[in-house]
Amino acid sequence: MGDEVEVRVHGMWASTYSKRVELALKIKGIPYEYVEEDLMNKSQALLEYNPIHKKVPVLVHNGKPIVESLVILEYIDEVWPDHAPRLLPRDPVDRARVRFWSGFLQNQLLESVLKLVMSSGEEQEKALDELHEKMTIMEQEMGDIIPKDISSIQSKSLGLLDIQVICTLGAYKAHEQVLGVKILDPHKHSLIYAWVNAMMDLPMIKEITPPHDNVVNFIQMIFKINPSA
Amino acid sequence: MTEESSVKLHGSWASPFAMRALLALKVKGIDFEYIEEDLSNKSESLLKYNPVHKKVPVLVHNGKPISESLVIIGYIDEVWTDSPHLLPTDPYLRAKHRFWVAFFEPLFETVWKTLITDGEAQKTVLEESLEKLDVAEQGLKEIFPNGVPPFEKKKPGYLDIVFYSLCGTHEAVDEILGKKFLTVERYPLLVSWVNALKQVPEVIEVTPPIPKLVGLIHFIRQRSIPPKA
Repeated sequence: MGDEVEVRVHGMWASTYSKRVELALKIKGIPYEYVEEDLMNKSQALLEYNPIHKKVPVLVHNGKPIVESLVILEYIDEVWPDHAPRLLPRDPVDRARVRFWSGFLQNQLLESVLKLVMSSGEEQEKALDELHEKMTIMEQEMGDIIPKDISSIQSKSLGLLDIQVICTLGAYKAHEQVLGVKILDPHKHSLIYAWVNAMMDLPMIKEITPPHDNVVNFIQMIFKINPSA
Repeated sequence: MTEESSVKLHGSWASPFAMRALLALKVKGIDFEYIEEDLSNKSESLLKYNPVHKKVPVLVHNGKPISESLVIIGYIDEVWTDSPHLLPTDPYLRAKHRFWVAFFEPLFETVWKTLITDGEAQKTVLEESLEKLDVAEQGLKEIFPNGVPPFEKKKPGYLDIVFYSLCGTHEAVDEILGKKFLTVERYPLLVSWVNALKQVPEVIEVTPPIPKLVGLIHFIRQRSIPPKA
């Protein structure tokens, strides 16, 4: 192998997609080299590895690039099957359930969070209602996928959906601070609230969580929102 | 076929997403019962099997529902493990195919918008669609370095199925636009891919009649586009 690092991740500290990949590798105990990209000045390597989208994250495995965070997570699970835990279950029916909810978390939940941050006034109120509706659907329909026994949540048993949920909602306090809205209410969505907060307490999650103020500043800067009084 | 070993597919003749599931089942040679859904009057079963999205397709295998067309295809490939395989067995190639499927996904909405708008709005989404297809035309050379081979020995797979569900009924798009959507001058690879797929018996079986499809789109257009003063 020589000087070639086996696994490298091109990412960006505030990117929810980039965090998914880092978390997957950490959970499975796969060592990797991390390259922080300045998205205003992308590296030559990034542009070569992802010429079509020019985005992070990129996983480079033995010199070969894999892009699209959810594609990367499936790849990681398939290439390192002996590194527990499995990100997806073994049984095809359970795998289908996980993939169904993965799609929902990506296309419905994350989309709603993005809409919320990008809007203001009445539009933002609508976006918040929409986000809460999605969370209600999750609580009603996800069944035993949402862990009920919070004490059972540990780094070594996290899977694809845990990763998506924590990367989407983990920074909810920073979002609430910037937008002045209540995103995750323990009375409205007690199961998701408990799930997210239990994961936030895990040492592995704390390792990849950026400082709260950095996230606040980032959200304010990127979406040009004025801090609430 | 007993209830215990049954395969049913809830679909709709005009839905490209239902077409994907239908084609996957036929390519794999799986016996199934097809249930045509009237999307303006959805069956109790459909609403029970897909409470979150209430959409087709839904695959019901041994009484268990699987929703979302891409999830269904993945499930079919994992349960019926004999050839033909819908996804490559190599993880890196699987990631490449999944990448391209993810690339095509947003195009469904853009092309659909092209069909149900007119004037400047239509021009904008049409341009967007065509530019994305330009990227595909160039980028797909990595999948087909020697051009698209005929599908004689190798049956269509996951990527072929998704591509066909987007471009296979291009004649209907041509009718609505009043001009060719996929010209061979601009898209020689994509056109050769569609044409190669159109030779496959299973593909012919699942392709809806173009005049019927045009009629449906016209009907929806009339309701979407306000009459001119």
